[in-house]
Amino acid sequence: MSEALLSVTGLGKVFSAKAGLGLGRASEVRAVDDVSFDIRRGETLALVGESGCGKSTLGRLILQLIQPSSGQVLFEGVSLTELGAHPLREMRRRMQMVFQDPFGSLSPRRSVADIIAEPIDAFGLATSRPARRELVAELLKQVGLSAAIMDRYPRQFSGGQRQRIGIARAIAAGPSFIVADEPVSALDVSVQAQVINLLQDLQESRGLTYLFIAHDLAVVRHIATSVAVMYLGRIVEIGPKHEVYARPHHPYTQALLSAAPNPDPDAPRRQIVLRGDVPSPSNVPRGCAFNSRCPIATARCREERPELRTVGAGHVAACHYAGPNPIHLGEVSGMSAQA
Amino acid sequence: MTLAADHTELIAPEPSRLVILRQVLLDRPSTMAAVALIGVFVLIATFAPLLAPYDPLAQSYIKINRVPSAEHWLGTDQFGRDVLSRMIFGSRNSLIIGVLAPLLAAIIGTTLGVVAGFFGGVVDRIISRLVDLLISFPELLLAIIIAAALGGGFWNIVIVLAAAFVPNFARVARAQTMAVRAEPFVEAAVASGVTTWRIILRHIVPNIAAPIVVLMTLWTASAIRLEASLSFLGLGTQAPQPSWGNIIRDGLNNLFGSPWPVIGAGLAITSVVLAFNLLGDTIRDVLDPETSS
Repeated sequence: MSEALLSVTGLGKVFSAKAGLGLGRASEVRAVDDVSFDIRRGETLALVGESGCGKSTLGRLILQLIQPSSGQVLFEGVSLTELGAHPLREMRRRMQMVFQDPFGSLSPRRSVADIIAEPIDAFGLATSRPARRELVAELLKQVGLSAAIMDRYPRQFSGGQRQRIGIARAIAAGPSFIVADEPVSALDVSVQAQVINLLQDLQESRGLTYLFIAHDLAVVRHIATSVAVMYLGRIVEIGPKHEVYARPHHPYTQALLSAAPNPDPDAPRRQIVLRGDVPSPSNVPRGCAFNSRCPIATARCREERPELRTVGAGHVAACHYAGPNPIHLGEVSGMSAQA
Repeated sequence: MTLAADHTELIAPEPSRLVILRQVLLDRPSTMAAVALIGVFVLIATFAPLLAPYDPLAQSYIKINRVPSAEHWLGTDQFGRDVLSRMIFGSRNSLIIGVLAPLLAAIIGTTLGVVAGFFGGVVDRIISRLVDLLISFPELLLAIIIAAALGGGFWNIVIVLAAAFVPNFARVARAQTMAVRAEPFVEAAVASGVTTWRIILRHIVPNIAAPIVVLMTLWTASAIRLEASLSFLGLGTQAPQPSWGNIIRDGLNNLFGSPWPVIGAGLAITSVVLAFNLLGDTIRDVLDPETSS
């Protein structure tokens, strides 16, 4: 077991929105609340959850693109939350990001070479212009694009090609860690697999560590080493991929898994349809945040917030009734699980 | 899928900006005429010493207040100076001030606006209130106040007009900067480790340049108009230097004897202002297709 490359402790972010002139009551939104986890070198932690659960915010908090309200981020032994602006910028050479929107995240007025060379220029990694072009050409080759395109502009490329350009930019400075914020959810299904394969190949050839943010479990099945499930700003279950997929301990995880398409048409298909919408993050239910939608919630869940507790090897879940198959899908024979 | 695979089929290329511009000009005869007119005035201003039949400052007391003749096409003024020559030399003033004042205002106003929009917070509040203060005066009034304090003369007019225009550039630059700042590619640049100043120069400024250029063209027309107004009021170009504004002022004394100096200079001001406005509208339509009519 290798050491943790990234260690997050008690990370939180409170956004406060003041109305009008700044008088009146400020409404507070706990976008991320007391999140802790480690990612080991060379591994991929997949962070899943519905939109609005704070997973993108968490990714940005880790990279200090948003200032955390509380908690600590330890990356390669350095506490990022305590760094000043200058040393933090130096650290960005080691940690980069791939963005969700392949259109908005590339400046329309800069050539492909200028976009990819952004980190190279920022850290002075190319000694001359020919050296810079050579670096860019090599990066383009590594992401499966031709070096001949470097003087073109992003608008001439498709979503998948643009995402490859964004990935080339992310690896340009030679980082050890990349936050991939839903890197394939804006792409056609046919292209999604290609981009995921590319990320996986780069992980092997460059020894990268990923935080892979996604909104469904099907996409991450392929790439993840571990899986963390987020609900309303908190992690409700985290564990090794096979553990979480085979024995989900939190009812929310189980519901998400039941919603993921299963490639086996003969497998018994029991889908748990969650009632209602995700509650507003500015008005999180008392007790367990999931109690308003949980099929097995009891009075205890409405009063007492469950803490994360160990349910298996490296596997924790935040549910009073955590156990393999908490909703008992298999046992209630003949009953439609669409309760 | 291997790393060596090539995923580079291209989407069809787009026509270049220049091609679009040519097409736009061909589609709009009025803009063509405006560009031609501006070109003529630029040529006149450039070759003024060759084109003017007389020295614009030479007085002659035996030829005072003459009506137009073959000798003096627009007649003479109360000092016997040739009005046509004064108009030809006056075009230099109008055009140079018309370009310099908005340019200066664009540089200062854009800098203020970008800083306010990018950094926000206290800096933004201070700059925004200052801009609000300036913008609450009409340009002409503000120009008169500053001109009264500074006095006339070429550079003072440029400063006066630039000061009157600065808030407009600052406002547009601030709003555009805040919009561009929220674009994902700016966050991507931060995540890449790009320094703040480099982000401003490489990502913000190029993306807000189009509306600033449009504003410059439109304010050129206003600068020419305001320079004429100030000179007419005696606060702009100082006698005996010629300016379209003070030609009208001098002509008013003899309006019923010979209206031609007033008509000539008035027409020159009107046509140049109209031409720059037309050009500005067209440039706006080309650079920002969403607002085109």
